[in-house]
Amino acid sequence: MELFVFVCAAVMVIVGAVGVVVRGNPVHAALSLVLTLFGIAVLFVAQHAEFLAAVQVIVYAGAIVVLFLFVVMLLGVDRAEDLRTDSLTGQRPLAVVVGLGLLGVLVAAIVSGTDAVITRGAGINGATIDTADANIVQLARSVFADYVVAFEVTSVLLVVAVVGTVLLSRRRATDVRPVSGRPS
Amino acid sequence: MIAVVVQPTPMWYLLLSAVLFVIGTVGVLVRRNPLVMFMCIELMLNAVNLTFVTLGRQLNDISGQTIVFFVLVVAAAEVVVGLSIIVAIMRRRTGANADDLADLKG
Repeated sequence: MELFVFVCAAVMVIVGAVGVVVRGNPVHAALSLVLTLFGIAVLFVAQHAEFLAAVQVIVYAGAIVVLFLFVVMLLGVDRAEDLRTDSLTGQRPLAVVVGLGLLGVLVAAIVSGTDAVITRGAGINGATIDTADANIVQLARSVFADYVVAFEVTSVLLVVAVVGTVLLSRRRATDVRPVSGRPS
Repeated sequence: MIAVVVQPTPMWYLLLSAVLFVIGTVGVLVRRNPLVMFMCIELMLNAVNLTFVTLGRQLNDISGQTIVFFVLVVAAAEVVVGLSIIVAIMRRRTGANADDLADLKG
């Protein structure tokens, strides 16, 4: 059963990710991104991370992709990019070479390190997950006890992000200028 | 009839996340639309999240999921700031291409 879930979710993830890269239209790329994010959420559920799966769907698929689509519509850049030509000569072959090299390094690291991982523990299942809300209880203990300082710093980060965004996107009264004018 | 049901091991999840990370990297290198480059960065972040959850499950440690929680928050903040920068740039010019943004070059 877990095999079936894994294969379906993996196909979703890979198809969506490839779609993000090869689709010319940014709207199509954003919708492919939604497919990938849902696949990742399914994999989270399959690994007993139910709360993170819910957060993944709400924050990523709900908020971030909508933000992407909103900006695409706002800027009017939803026309298809011409993907047939390289702007830099040799950019695509070099990118493919770099990608294959990176994949080789990652696979080598995973294969060489997998023994150390598998022998360390039995995994979060069975003994540690006995009730339905065990995942949330464990995560809440971890966030609000062990990592409470990081949690507080996160709130500062969010405030800085909000203030910075408002400052960046605010249009001042003296800022109105003709399109062809030089920025002052 | 094969009675043995193959269960996905953690290595499968790790390999899947490696593939996803590489696809995101190639996307950042290949695409020229800054919005799509941001989407590819999200792909890479999701690959890392999947790795964290897999290793946290395997090592019987909830800290992996906690770190993914923080990564989600930081990714949201990053997207908000990045998209507002893109909007601020695109508001004064029409080119939606990363190659057009080389004006700061001396």
